[in-house]
Amino acid sequence: MLSEYFSAVDFLLLKPAILLTIFGIGVMLTDLLLDERQKYFNAVTALVGIGFAAVQMLRIQSQMREAGVSEVEAFRGAIVLDGLGIFFIWLFLISTAITILISFRYLEIENEHHGEYYAILLFATVGMIFLAIGMDLITLFVGLELMVLSIYILAGFLRGDRRSNEAAMKYLLLGAFSSGILLYGMSLLYGMSNSTNLRVIGSALSQRPLGDPLVIMAVVTIAAGLFFKIGAVPFHQWLPDVYEGAPHSVAAFMSVGPKVAAFALLLRLFLVPLGELREQWEPLLIGVAVATMTLGNLAAISQSNIKRMLGYSAISHVGYILLGLVAGNETGLKGIVIYLLVYVFMNLGIFTVVVAMRRRDLVGDEINDMAGLMHKSPVMAILSLIFLLSLAGIPPTAGFLGKYFIFLSLLETGHYTLAVIAVLYVAVAIYYYFRIVVVMFMQPPADQELPSMSLGIRCALGVTAAMTLFMGLYPEPFIQLATGPVLAILR
Amino acid sequence: MPPVTPVHYLFLSMALFTIGVIGVLTRRNVIIILISIELIFNAVNINLVAFSSQFASISGQTFAIFVIVAAAAEAAVGLGIIIALFRNKETVNADEIDLMKW
Repeated sequence: MLSEYFSAVDFLLLKPAILLTIFGIGVMLTDLLLDERQKYFNAVTALVGIGFAAVQMLRIQSQMREAGVSEVEAFRGAIVLDGLGIFFIWLFLISTAITILISFRYLEIENEHHGEYYAILLFATVGMIFLAIGMDLITLFVGLELMVLSIYILAGFLRGDRRSNEAAMKYLLLGAFSSGILLYGMSLLYGMSNSTNLRVIGSALSQRPLGDPLVIMAVVTIAAGLFFKIGAVPFHQWLPDVYEGAPHSVAAFMSVGPKVAAFALLLRLFLVPLGELREQWEPLLIGVAVATMTLGNLAAISQSNIKRMLGYSAISHVGYILLGLVAGNETGLKGIVIYLLVYVFMNLGIFTVVVAMRRRDLVGDEINDMAGLMHKSPVMAILSLIFLLSLAGIPPTAGFLGKYFIFLSLLETGHYTLAVIAVLYVAVAIYYYFRIVVVMFMQPPADQELPSMSLGIRCALGVTAAMTLFMGLYPEPFIQLATGPVLAILR
Repeated sequence: MPPVTPVHYLFLSMALFTIGVIGVLTRRNVIIILISIELIFNAVNINLVAFSSQFASISGQTFAIFVIVAAAAEAAVGLGIIIALFRNKETVNADEIDLMKW
């Protein structure tokens, strides 16, 4: 009997995910009734679905406040909605909504405007939500697979385009490979604890002897699988290729949503079951973080394709965020949370500019395609400048805030060398981000055609730019916002 | 005949896992790579089912069923992508899928 195991409250907690699934299926069905010109209606449906999910989230949060609890368990501990989960769900909803806004004109230009795009986007969001709130290996695995399978399809969405096919192929092979490695580690965790619940696994692992080969193997395979997913060195090779080949709007989505979701998974796995084994994985993490920053920043210098360059820049940001986990104190975790929040807005912003560069006669992903943007569209050029400053981490933009907390946590925990290296790489980052600025502001335009500014792109640019500036100028509320998730991790 | 213990299963799954990883890293045919990935998933399944019978608990077998489902879905999407690629490029050799390099 179902009621013996689950109560209605369990399903109420999942309402956002259930609504998104229903709307995803709904988009696929209504898509059949629409003719070629009305496809934008699918985007509206998907946005309404996200709106409904957001309203449900607000209701769940207000109910939790009324009851005075900071954490709710459901499905016998398989799902835990705490401050961290709520924070991540909001990030996912926002990044999916902005992706939908920038997608529909772009897909029309590509002649691939199908309803499935929005449906799969919503399904990917459902998978990400389960990654954020799952507390059980099975839940996490199914959420992960739902997310990555959706993104394999989205990366290859331009069926006639060879680069898109190739991106999907590479992502599929390496993504499935890394899922397999991660899964092997998960099976070892189950074998050592007789449970799939992360908290039970954590307490079982803390009783294993030091240097147990099974534990080491589990840590190594899980770390390798997770590093693949977030794109850390030495498992980063797929990332620039996939960003370059995937459709612009999908690359925008991939660079924020799934990346943040992979970080949610990484935080859960490293801090809950593997938290006791900190001294075993900390040296590994330091090496990976430094290598990631080094390779990401140095390889970005020589790129001529802007999506590829942003891919390498995304790798370097992963390095910075991992440094927060290396520090591991309260400031470091706050730094991770704020960095992810800031990263979503600034990265989506610069990718929106790239999406707007796509015209019928121009792919728009070469840095030279941006030449003379200042003369053609001053607003867009200045907004891109804000995003690039923020990506480099220069005040008064939001990017500075994220880097500030990461560096502060490194200094607090005595990792002085790491802090110096991280600051030095900011200088490198300024160099390659400003190559784009130079091309935009100093070079004459190649033609007089304006970038495509649809309503969705205007909204997306407005929201991301406003948030990037606002968080930099008035960070106080956002620092407050980060305390909830941090407390949830530390407990 | 000595009894089969969980350690035997662990070694079997490790061997299968290693064969799969080597297959992914050395083979150049995309379909063979997909099959090697399936080997990795099956190594995981052997682990899960062996531990499950050792503990006499059901959750490992449940996990294995989810893994089988995910592997099937991955194979379906993978073959779809291979067909899309083959239509445009007429190759399944990973070395020839090289439009993007720096």
